[in-house]
Amino acid sequence: MDQVAIYAYQIGFSFGLFILVSLGLAVIFGMMRVINLAQGEFLMLGAYFCTIITQAGISLWIAIFLSGLAVGLFGILVERAIIQFLYGRIVDTLLATWGLSLFLVGGITWVFGPQTESIASPLGNIPVGDYSVSQYSLVMIAFAVALLIATYCLWRYTRFGLIVRGTMQNPNISAGLGVNTSLIYMLTFGFGSMLTGIAGAVLVPVIGAYPTLGVAYIAKAFITVISGGQMALLGTISAAGLFGTIDGIVAYISSSVIGEMTVLFVAIILLRLLPLGITGKFKRGV
Amino acid sequence: MKLNRRQFFTAASGAVAFASLPHVLRRSGIAAEEPIRVGNILDKSGILNIYSLKQISAAAMAVDEINAAGGLLGRPVELLFYDSQSDGQFNTKYATQALLKDKVHVIHGGITSSSREVMRPAVRKFKGLLFYNSLYEGGVCDRRHVSTGMVPAQQLEPLVDYVVKDQGAKKGYILAADYNYGHITSKWMQKLIRDNGGEDLAVEFFPLDVSNFAPAISRIQAAKPDVVWSALVGGAHIAFYRQFESTIGKKNMMLASSTYGVGLEQTQLSADEGDGIILGTSFVDDLNTAAAKDFVSRFQAYTGDNGYVGEYGEYGERGIKVWAEAVRQAGSPEPDAVMDALAKGGVSVSGAGGTYSVDGKTNHTTMDIHIVRGNRNQGFDVINSFSQRPPKDTQLVCDLHANPNDTTQYEVEVQ
Repeated sequence: MDQVAIYAYQIGFSFGLFILVSLGLAVIFGMMRVINLAQGEFLMLGAYFCTIITQAGISLWIAIFLSGLAVGLFGILVERAIIQFLYGRIVDTLLATWGLSLFLVGGITWVFGPQTESIASPLGNIPVGDYSVSQYSLVMIAFAVALLIATYCLWRYTRFGLIVRGTMQNPNISAGLGVNTSLIYMLTFGFGSMLTGIAGAVLVPVIGAYPTLGVAYIAKAFITVISGGQMALLGTISAAGLFGTIDGIVAYISSSVIGEMTVLFVAIILLRLLPLGITGKFKRGV
Repeated sequence: MKLNRRQFFTAASGAVAFASLPHVLRRSGIAAEEPIRVGNILDKSGILNIYSLKQISAAAMAVDEINAAGGLLGRPVELLFYDSQSDGQFNTKYATQALLKDKVHVIHGGITSSSREVMRPAVRKFKGLLFYNSLYEGGVCDRRHVSTGMVPAQQLEPLVDYVVKDQGAKKGYILAADYNYGHITSKWMQKLIRDNGGEDLAVEFFPLDVSNFAPAISRIQAAKPDVVWSALVGGAHIAFYRQFESTIGKKNMMLASSTYGVGLEQTQLSADEGDGIILGTSFVDDLNTAAAKDFVSRFQAYTGDNGYVGEYGEYGERGIKVWAEAVRQAGSPEPDAVMDALAKGGVSVSGAGGTYSVDGKTNHTTMDIHIVRGNRNQGFDVINSFSQRPPKDTQLVCDLHANPNDTTQYEVEVQ
């Protein structure tokens, strides 16, 4: 029984981690087709905002949302200053966002130094038979699922979501119907950045905040979204579910390194068999 | 030959420039007080600079103090700093530049074992001398290399002794960083745990960018050790101490480390997370000695920085002091003379952490070692002190008197 619970916990933790780091990218890359190489640094910024806000004496739960807002606004700034001129120019976007990523890592190192900043895990642990699990990890999984559901509902059931999806599918027709597509692009980019900012903030009590944090997670995020395929959300959920299960089990049985290797191996096989990703053949959905 | 005004000025300024070249001045005895040059190659920037920043200041302070006291052998000491930017290629580049172009008499520096290993060949080739001021896995046997930091026999023997024998934590679970330091140190941990009648349940290695330790912590819970041994390194690995506390907790399982504290980890963790971690060290600010207190207050006055100095900061002053004493005994700053003085085995100074004596057979340093426990104030309480521990592991494999041309780094064999 303990073993079942621990496996479930490992899988849940791994799934949550995959969802958190890739949800923002699912919006920005999956829906908008912007290859944002600075996405990892958005995660890192969320982590730093959360640390600063919490150290100023504000509760962690409020800090998480404030960090999301701050990174969202930063995302809008980046979209207006850089990305909006580069839609459809993949190589230029790649270079510009890579430069932004280097700039952010350098800037944060310059301001805060290379050491890890962090805040203590706010909750204790709960015993599961012979084991114990940290309560905050469960909160982290809950956050991942909640963000997922919120994003899905926003896209699927609101007028704004409909307009966004329409604009991403065909900006010219949307514009013809009177939609301000430039504004929609800006807001969508900001929303994706906000999701990433919240994710970074949620992760702080577990992994801390340090300048190169993004580098460790960016690859994971891209692999998840690419393996997911064209349905940005459904694809990301299914890919995160698959990779989370594999990573959770393998990393627990052998080691974190073998876990990551197995995930990469499975991703390669998957993309060989389904070059368009898991949802590549789907006709409709989000 | 007839010179016009322009040609005359060109020739004259050339002649003046030539005459003021250092070697011309020296030959003519104009610059008798030519400085002794020290190169310091450390990471002022880049991802590993947390290990170097305090050491850079401490070395500069030590040199300034020597100069204020009248210099070395009556000559001023000039410190040349090179930023190796946490990247090994700069260590090679600057070691070469320091020896060939800037003609330094000694290089102090290198933080990681890999940065030391890329500098040693250059130091050998250009007949220089390298002071490596850092704790490391031991075993480097090279006349042109002097280690002033701790090696496993010094640090881990008393630590394992304390944890396994005194505290009765026989079953250990080892976590280490995945590069040469972590691999060799974990072997030492295994050997020493077994020698003390303990049991090593498992050894796990983590690449430096791993920050999710949830699977490892569940495995630790399944294995039920008495103590977890950590030789984890760097910013991402700090996450382990946080996740350990929020999942298992040090009140349920001991946590001992060979690396905790050297990157000032305790200043980045909460009181609960840092409280109770046990480690072996040759210097912490909390040592209750006049020398340690004096060093910390001098450092704070010199830098205006009131933060924790720590072992790696102190290494900066230690390296310069030990080298300066060797120069005094040699009567010359030339590398070969200093090496001969070191080989005689009489180089000994009293520094912030007690007496440091260089063992002439290995160029490693005998020092006091303390077992300390993290407290709730981002510092450490001293539990136990061991006077003058020799670098026994390296002494077992290295004899520079018998083999002066040896340059090998020996590794421990764990049976």
